[in-house]
Amino acid sequence: MPISDQKVAELEKIAKKLRYDIVLMIGAGKPGHLGGSCSIAEIVAVLYFHKMRHDPKNPEWPNRDRFLLSKGHAALTQYAALAELGYFPMEKLDTLKDLGTILQGHPEMLRVPGIEANTGSLGQGLSIACGIAMAGKLDNKDYHVYCIVGDGEIAEGQIWEASMTAACYKLDNLVAILDKNGVQATGPIVERYDTNPHPDKWKAFGWHVMEVDGHDVRQVADAVDKADRLKGKPIMIVAHTVKGKGVPFAEGKADFHHGIMTQKQYETARALFEE
Amino acid sequence: MNKQNCRKVYGETLVELARQDERIVALDADLSKSTMTRLLQQEFPDRFFEMGIGEQNMISTAVGLALSGKIAFANSFAVFAAGRPYDQIRVSVCIGKVNVKIIGSSCGISDFGDGATHQSIEDIAIMRAIPNMTVLSPADGIETKKMVKAAVEYKGPVYIRINRNEMPDVTDENEPFEIGKPCLIRDGSDVTVFATGYMVYKALMAAEQLQKEGISLRVINVSTLKPIDEDAIKKLADGVKGIVTAEEHSIIGGLASAVTFILRSVPLPIEAVAIKDTFGQSALDYEQLLEHYGLTDTAIIKAAKNVLK
Repeated sequence: MPISDQKVAELEKIAKKLRYDIVLMIGAGKPGHLGGSCSIAEIVAVLYFHKMRHDPKNPEWPNRDRFLLSKGHAALTQYAALAELGYFPMEKLDTLKDLGTILQGHPEMLRVPGIEANTGSLGQGLSIACGIAMAGKLDNKDYHVYCIVGDGEIAEGQIWEASMTAACYKLDNLVAILDKNGVQATGPIVERYDTNPHPDKWKAFGWHVMEVDGHDVRQVADAVDKADRLKGKPIMIVAHTVKGKGVPFAEGKADFHHGIMTQKQYETARALFEE
Repeated sequence: MNKQNCRKVYGETLVELARQDERIVALDADLSKSTMTRLLQQEFPDRFFEMGIGEQNMISTAVGLALSGKIAFANSFAVFAAGRPYDQIRVSVCIGKVNVKIIGSSCGISDFGDGATHQSIEDIAIMRAIPNMTVLSPADGIETKKMVKAAVEYKGPVYIRINRNEMPDVTDENEPFEIGKPCLIRDGSDVTVFATGYMVYKALMAAEQLQKEGISLRVINVSTLKPIDEDAIKKLADGVKGIVTAEEHSIIGGLASAVTFILRSVPLPIEAVAIKDTFGQSALDYEQLLEHYGLTDTAIIKAAKNVLK
């Protein structure tokens, strides 16, 4: 059943709030992964606030759906979502990267409730997701595993090893979402190290493949809902996104992969979400 | 002297433990016939995961299984189990102290025929350097069995390096194995030999021969390379006139490095029997290869005499 207009509006509002939290977390004059965090805001909103079965009061609930952020540098979005959901207090977001904080530059499972694994050395999260999905099958559990990978990240060979594992073990409880924002740290992916064509590659590796506009919460929600009904193969949702989405001066810019906002840019960005 | 193949002991022990503990699963990268995880596959096909020839993915997948409550044993030759997935072990396994057990089979130069590509002379160094990792190296089949059990009982990352070939029993069946505890195998008063793996046996042979010359060796089995019990090492070095270390591993980063650092303020001469920063090569016979790299009882005798000079 498609999601209601009301739910769509709610998820759009949440995605906007996540972006606001991201901008506040990075602040002015300090580098932060603005681009790749903003490109997944709608996807993360749909997963945590619509799709996933989870309990912020019981992060280790064995039957929870799992979310793995293989492109761990976009942790800011996940931190914002976990805080909004009450996994930890909102004030913690102000401590990003402070010495001794729970909120490391890349996510750490032993520090943050709700973080499932340590990711950020790229290419590893999808394999971990496979292992969790395999355990789910072995234990006859009905949880799903969701994993966001980046289109730059898939240059890592391990991603393709994992894609073969997922197909080989028929992990239809695994849903991967490719954040196809088209830009890696040093520039546009097609000009740097072209990992396309994405849908064809995943199909050839034995996955169900869907394509969505990654900033359209209705499309993302419909795709993850449809994934529940697909059997026999893992599911890849290729999400067309814009790096830095929602922050106009950062959109599509490699400079904001891990960029520094000037005070003026920071204020501009804040104002966008404070309207 | 009774001889056992530690790979076989490992495979059988894993099956035995898996019968009692359904959390135990194994992953292998197309070497299950050699690592002996096929024994587990035969009895518990659902709990064995063939991962193809992809060690990096195998380690991270093992992490996913472990995060879901499994005790995941990831297996390959030591050189591929520790070397290829170094970053996966570091990030996926060790930062989060995930309950993954990595079995490095055919360690050292014990895969004598396959040459430098398949011989693992740096695995102890690499694994020791990663925080949160426990590094084990059994001296014989008796200890292998206890060690695998201890690895299951210990919650967190463990690396066990296992020799390919038959090894004589040198440890005491009745002595309990405890992670971190170096073990006195034979007491002596002139020189302490800290040895690990197959070199414990070589040290015992050296002790036998030196006894005839009136030189008394104290032989210690250092089967836990990390965490290493510094006080115990110091105590076992007490009262002798010199120290020898012996390992089937590079002289860099292994037992020699660990022991010499612990004993840095002890005024005793130290000699290391180890592979001298060079790659292995093929040979048709294991003992011949050990001799080529100076990993023999004769080398230990020479080292012991040197420290006594």
